[in-house]
Amino acid sequence: MIALTKPFRRRLTGRARASGAAAGTEAALVPAEAAFERSPVEIAPNDPLLAYLQAATGTVDVTALELDSPALRELKAAGVKLAVPLISQGELIGVLNIGPRRSEQDYSSDDRKLLDNLAAHAAPALRVGQLVREQEAEAATRQRFEQELEVARLIQQNFLPKELPDLPGWQIAAYYRPAREVGGDFYDVIPLSDGRVAFVVGDVTDKGVPAALVMSATRSVLRASAQRLIEPGVVLERVNELLCPDMPAKMFVTCLYGVLEPATGHLRFANAGHDLPYVKTAAGVVELRARGMPLGLMPGMAYEEKDTVLAPGDSVLLHSDGIVEAHDPDRGMFGFPRLKETVAHHTGGQTLIDRVIADLESFTGPGAEQEDDITMVTLERSSASGLLADFQLPSAPGNEREAIELVASAVAGLGLEPVRLDRLKTAVGEATMNAMEHGNDYRADRAVSIRVLHAGDRLRVEITDLGGATDLQPAEVPDLEAKLAGRQTPRGWGLFLIEKMVDEANVTGEDGRRTLELVVHLQGGDDGGA
Amino acid sequence: MAVHELDVSVRESGGVAVLDLVGDVDSGGEAALQRGYDEAALQGRPIALNFSRTEYINSTGIALIVGLLAQARARGVRITAFGLSDHYREIFEITRLADFMTIADDEHGALDGAERSNHA
Repeated sequence: MIALTKPFRRRLTGRARASGAAAGTEAALVPAEAAFERSPVEIAPNDPLLAYLQAATGTVDVTALELDSPALRELKAAGVKLAVPLISQGELIGVLNIGPRRSEQDYSSDDRKLLDNLAAHAAPALRVGQLVREQEAEAATRQRFEQELEVARLIQQNFLPKELPDLPGWQIAAYYRPAREVGGDFYDVIPLSDGRVAFVVGDVTDKGVPAALVMSATRSVLRASAQRLIEPGVVLERVNELLCPDMPAKMFVTCLYGVLEPATGHLRFANAGHDLPYVKTAAGVVELRARGMPLGLMPGMAYEEKDTVLAPGDSVLLHSDGIVEAHDPDRGMFGFPRLKETVAHHTGGQTLIDRVIADLESFTGPGAEQEDDITMVTLERSSASGLLADFQLPSAPGNEREAIELVASAVAGLGLEPVRLDRLKTAVGEATMNAMEHGNDYRADRAVSIRVLHAGDRLRVEITDLGGATDLQPAEVPDLEAKLAGRQTPRGWGLFLIEKMVDEANVTGEDGRRTLELVVHLQGGDDGGA
Repeated sequence: MAVHELDVSVRESGGVAVLDLVGDVDSGGEAALQRGYDEAALQGRPIALNFSRTEYINSTGIALIVGLLAQARARGVRITAFGLSDHYREIFEITRLADFMTIADDEHGALDGAERSNHA
């Protein structure tokens, strides 16, 4: 009997490792002679021997057993005399196979009783061993899974912007919280060479490492394309072409891509099947709609482009579906109307993000596990007492037109009467021309800086050149009679017009810079600019 | 606000030489405006400047008009303007150009005005 223990232990280990496999039981073959190296007999799941052993009440006499069983034939061929089923909680978990006695006598009924006794004690012990091994295997699998999640998280975090650009007159905020099983959300804020800024929010279908890898690829081609191509629709078209050939089956990327001109609030955008952003304006909340298929589905796609102008005080929320598709304990969805409502009632920026998260958490209930990644990017154009625009233009003939246009866009949300807006435009054009010509000698390397500021009733436009403390006063006050009579040059109307077109025109100079400040009172009672 | 270089064409209407100004009245329009004026002045008729297709006039443009007006006065040719937006009409008043040329609302008014001043 002692000879049995060693191979039994060995099989115990082997059996435990195989546990968890659906069917099939290995029977430990224990030959009488020292032939421990023999491989165990495999019992196929459909072998009748399995059912027989499962139903047996004790040690089975293999030599006397008649069954159409390949395993039984194998056992007999190996010289097995007795098979002792090891049963734990009604389940056959192993078989102890016994070869002939050394004395070559048959096993007595006492021997068989002893074996039955042994089996009754060995089976639970074997089961415990199996369970311990199962637990260990599960823990290993779980650890592998956690490691994978960690890798996905690392990829994801590595490809999200480390910091957001600082745009005067704008508040930009972003939020990203991955689900435990990391999804494929991403966002990006890309400063472009001409002062414009691209905004991206996207979502890769699927989760974990595959989604994170596709996300990182998408983000990289987006960044590269954003710098070379101007139009948002063309950027998405290009990214789609680049992604299509290598996109894994059943995966695709939704993505909203917009380009903001901070000086004017002009936002041009295109959408590859992503959730529509919300814009909060003085008139209410609107969606930014533009048609387009998700990226990576099929090549040759075109993406519609749309434009909007964000007035001072307007804010935009770009978001991923992790918000609207979150569930409450009754499986109700958070939904778009709820999100729209939140946007309508709160200012943009970080405040809006905090509000959405608070609403979401009270909806899903305390301690609910986040189902999907949650991503938000908000941009808000400063309103009262803020800087509405800040830009520079090279000193080149005709650039005053650009200045007029940028200033007009910057003040678009202030409700300036058309007559007063026209006057301001003329004053800005004249002041810019004056700065480019007299302050900067029309040298393209000398820029004119223009800032538009709004505080209370005062709208100020500061136009700065490099003319130092040079006096702005013209040589002579324009006198039309003298001009018509040829006693004065026909020119010299610029400063005269500026003074007539705005409520105040002030000149200041410091550090080699000269600033002409134009002031317009928004509620100007005085109708004539003069 | 795209830049449109000034194009000036001259036509005769009711005994008046109408200069149709299409585009921006600024420094870029100097040659076109002078050519148009010269062509009209040759005809010896009163001149009407049509600003209805002009969206931008700056101080240099004002100077060009002052220059035309000076030339016309030297020759005794009357100049009328029409089609100005309210904003540029205000500028013509502030600069007192309106004191030296009749400002009419439209072409019809401009021709009437030119007619009356001819008979005056």
